[in-house]
Amino acid sequence: MSTTDATATRPAFGRRLARLGFTLISPRGAVFLLLALLLIAIMVLNPKFGDPGQLIRFIQRVAPVAIVAIGQYFVIVSGEFDLSMGSVVTAQVVIAGNLIGQDDSRSIPVLLFMLAFGAAVGLVNGLVTTLLRVPSFIVTLGMMLALLGAVFYWTGGAATGNPADSFREVGRGGIRDVPVVGIIPWSVLILIVLTLAAVWFARRPFGRMVIAVGDNVTTARYSGARVWWVKTSAFILSSLSATVAGVLLVGYAGVHPSVGNGYEFTAITAVVLGGVALGGGRGWVVAAVAGAFALEALFILLNFAEVPATMRDAVQGVIIIAAVAYSAVTFRAIRSGRTPETSPQPGEPSDLGEDRAALAPQTRTPNGARTTNGGSDAT
Amino acid sequence: MRRKNLTLVAVGAGALIALAGCTTDPNVEAPEGSEAPEESVEWFDQALFDKQDAERSVTPEGPEGEPWLQHINAEMVDTSQYASEGAKKVCFANASISNPWRQTGWITMNEQLKVLQESGAISEMETRDAQDSDDTQIADIDYFIEEGNCDAFVISPNSTAAMTPAVERACETGKPVVVFDRGVQTDCAVTFIHPIGGFAWGIDTAEFLIDNLEEGDKVIALRILPGVDVLEQRWAAAEKLFDEAGIEAVDYFTGADPVKIKQIVSDELARGDVAGVWMDAGDGAVAAIEAFEDAGVDYPVMTGEDELSYMRKWEETGLNGLAPVYSNFQWRTPLLAVQMIFAGEEVPKEWVLPQVPITEDDRAEFLEANEGMPDGHYAKFGGEDLPGYPTVWQERIIP
Amino acid sequence: MKLLRGRRLDNTVIVLLVLIAVMVVGFILVSMAGRNFLSPGNIRDILTGMSVLGFVAIGQTLVILCGSLDLSVPYVVSLASLIAAETMAGDPGKIAQGVLLALVVAGLIGLANGVIVTGLKVNGFIATLGVGLIVSGYLATTYQGTAGSVPREFQFIGATGVGPVPISTIIMVALVALTAAFLRKTRTGHHMYAVGGSQSVARLSGLRVWQPLVIAHVLCSMTAALAGLLLASRLGVGSPTVGSQGGYDLLSIAAVVLGGTLLLGGRGSVWGTLGGVAIFAVVDNVMSVLQVNPFMKDVVRGIVIVAAVALYTGRATERRKARFSPGRAATQEALARDTSMEGSAR
Repeated sequence: MSTTDATATRPAFGRRLARLGFTLISPRGAVFLLLALLLIAIMVLNPKFGDPGQLIRFIQRVAPVAIVAIGQYFVIVSGEFDLSMGSVVTAQVVIAGNLIGQDDSRSIPVLLFMLAFGAAVGLVNGLVTTLLRVPSFIVTLGMMLALLGAVFYWTGGAATGNPADSFREVGRGGIRDVPVVGIIPWSVLILIVLTLAAVWFARRPFGRMVIAVGDNVTTARYSGARVWWVKTSAFILSSLSATVAGVLLVGYAGVHPSVGNGYEFTAITAVVLGGVALGGGRGWVVAAVAGAFALEALFILLNFAEVPATMRDAVQGVIIIAAVAYSAVTFRAIRSGRTPETSPQPGEPSDLGEDRAALAPQTRTPNGARTTNGGSDAT
Repeated sequence: MRRKNLTLVAVGAGALIALAGCTTDPNVEAPEGSEAPEESVEWFDQALFDKQDAERSVTPEGPEGEPWLQHINAEMVDTSQYASEGAKKVCFANASISNPWRQTGWITMNEQLKVLQESGAISEMETRDAQDSDDTQIADIDYFIEEGNCDAFVISPNSTAAMTPAVERACETGKPVVVFDRGVQTDCAVTFIHPIGGFAWGIDTAEFLIDNLEEGDKVIALRILPGVDVLEQRWAAAEKLFDEAGIEAVDYFTGADPVKIKQIVSDELARGDVAGVWMDAGDGAVAAIEAFEDAGVDYPVMTGEDELSYMRKWEETGLNGLAPVYSNFQWRTPLLAVQMIFAGEEVPKEWVLPQVPITEDDRAEFLEANEGMPDGHYAKFGGEDLPGYPTVWQERIIP
Repeated sequence: MKLLRGRRLDNTVIVLLVLIAVMVVGFILVSMAGRNFLSPGNIRDILTGMSVLGFVAIGQTLVILCGSLDLSVPYVVSLASLIAAETMAGDPGKIAQGVLLALVVAGLIGLANGVIVTGLKVNGFIATLGVGLIVSGYLATTYQGTAGSVPREFQFIGATGVGPVPISTIIMVALVALTAAFLRKTRTGHHMYAVGGSQSVARLSGLRVWQPLVIAHVLCSMTAALAGLLLASRLGVGSPTVGSQGGYDLLSIAAVVLGGTLLLGGRGSVWGTLGGVAIFAVVDNVMSVLQVNPFMKDVVRGIVIVAAVALYTGRATERRKARFSPGRAATQEALARDTSMEGSAR
């Protein structure tokens, strides 16, 4: 959609190509370009990586991160943050280990419990953010501390052990003896299903509402959105996605209190790499998933390029900044030539408030508390 | 204004590039003082290496069957100046209980405390947990000095150099100070309790792998995190020996996260054969082994730790392995040392506890003794004769 | 209740009330445990706990007032401690040199943060996360553990005090006063509020929006460096992990918001931040005296952060009702104001 205006006057034969090119250099498509470059670089360093079997294992590895990114996408696009995702992953991993143990028959009841628990965490995050108007950054930071502390308190720090192999099969196993690829891991199928579901969901009225709320909470409210419920739903989706990621990770690697550590920042980084604007209102869920792939590909590239372990952080930092700066700069360039994507007030100067780092929800309420008080409370 | 703006952007971009530049070439930006020599050399200490190498073969002195009271090559010090009657209050500045090894030890220590409280040697133990922060632990020690009414200090330092001034302040009170696990750069404490050490761990594990592998074989070293002396010394010794034996070793930091461990091992397996796995701690070992299973290749020769998750997987798979130990029973010793000090009995100045790896031969014995314990438990925890055994360890009851 | 409803009552006063409430509860709990909350040793423990986080939070307040935030502070703290300790290398004559160098390097990192945020238009969250990663990579590559050493004279700053009040706390509070004056008296200070309130309005009123933002980032990194210097003085050495050990990134942001500053910027005060830091310190102190299980401490911290912030935000809702009379004109006015402030596209 961002390219239609620019390409409208081009001749038909070049149009498709130009369109593809524009999509790839647009902030929305840049992540796909980045991903392609990273994958090519990996394959140059290690041609074996191009084998279908290796590629499918790569997708299996990204699956939990990508699923967490999908959940974080809904929260970020609605204008909020979820810093509690990593703790939810850890909590679910430990719950699975301690409650299922080696008893196969408990798999399903405990799985249901985990989903309910995840939904409850999201509900609390959402309600405290929307009803008590505490910034989500703070709510989910508090949740992160409290949840992790509570899990460790309950287990005494060390988990009893891995859950039954049948439960771990979801994250570890797959359909075996498939021609060409060898094995199709369940987690790859789950990722595909969840991505399709997220795309479908984003196109439904409710999905559009999430974006509308993130873009401008006031107009969304006046057009009939129940803002508190839309945002709370986004938090529930986020915690549920962290729960699914926890199920996959406990299968893939097993129980340990450090599983899930740092996932909140990984998810936010992946979503932002996908061109989703922090502060809400703009972004494409597929690009967020691609952001997760790009991030993991980057880690693998650093590994194959034999960058010393201690320096990987630094390289990662440079690439994240560069990718987001590219996206921010091109977005401005593209937008300066056309009307904004979602303009609640047509005719308004288009760069109003464009680069505000939107972090807190309460300033988006219609009361204008901040605007009426701006600067005067200093003393 | 516009030009100023541009200049600022240019300067900032330059700063960023310079910063990134430094990180890609550390030698250019090496710290000014000449005290920081090159990488990987810093943690290697030939004298300490030789000392610990020798200590591995010494038969420890002390009561049979109670390794937490045994000591190696001890130089005893007189403590008669501290001898006094009555139950004493102990103040314990703990670094943290943020990993399974420390949690297991902390549970054991509290059971040992109950025994000493019952016998009337210790009235109470007040504990402050620094949650892995040097700054907090310094404040904790200062608080104890001023407010604790302590008769004795037990300190498990969060880091070596940074905790030295605070430990010195504790010593200046004239009350007995007991340091255990990580050390400090002062010998003002009455006794410093620790197992043989990281170099011994590195020698045990590297020798095992070298004996079982061929020259030119590849070993992956999975390390938790950089900068902690007890861990760095393990790798410093192993790396040196691998180097000398012509074993190709690559090391990674994993944060003990099994997800990272599995990914790292899978990546290595995708690039070529891996013959051995070396770990500086056992948690996460199962994920490393499972990566071999999922890749459909033979099990490696492996060294883990006496953590039960690894011990159990080791037995189940029948791989060729070794479980080095960083004797968890050392958590019993500090309180027993306090009791001895107030009784006026002499204690070792540096109390080196035995540190004997678990081999395939005695594996079954340890697994049987620890049946019912969770995966995050340590086989050589040494609390079998304490009152809460086995429930408190099974239920992970943490005070 | 009447007091709480008063319009003149700003967030700083609420912070103070919360702090007093926490202290009263703490006093009772500590007394029940047979200890003295107000003894010199305990007061010193609380104030010491405030100092390092206090320095970081002062700078974080400026950045947040401008509508950005800084996640790179823990690594700047560590780097500053190392630069100072290695430059001084135990020589009292080099104290000034070490302090200066640490501040300059930190200032350059802050400059990089500010330029990436304003020039490259990268969101502050991502920009400082990225710069933090870069510095952390540099630390991990260059340093294998603690390094350098600070002379005895410099250690006094962290180890001595006037009565129960550590010198470091006095310096920190003085810096708070200085910062408060800076915000109130200088043009740049005013502009920080304006930019945080609304960049577009600030721009339309002719402000150079980048200027206060860059300055805030530079100052933030420099106060983080002061925290690093204090830590070097307390530890006697520089440490590549001492910043991340303290979790100063998220904790300082939480302290700022706890102190009544809006996370989105434009409103708040550095005195409030001091109150927020004090609340954390008192809660931590009481839990340590009571020997609360370390895992449970995190649970309590998490709940305290959310509950305390909910006190202000809940109050803001109440005030709004009083301020706008119901009616079409008012809602339309609010709508118009809000949309023009929030902007049309991000």
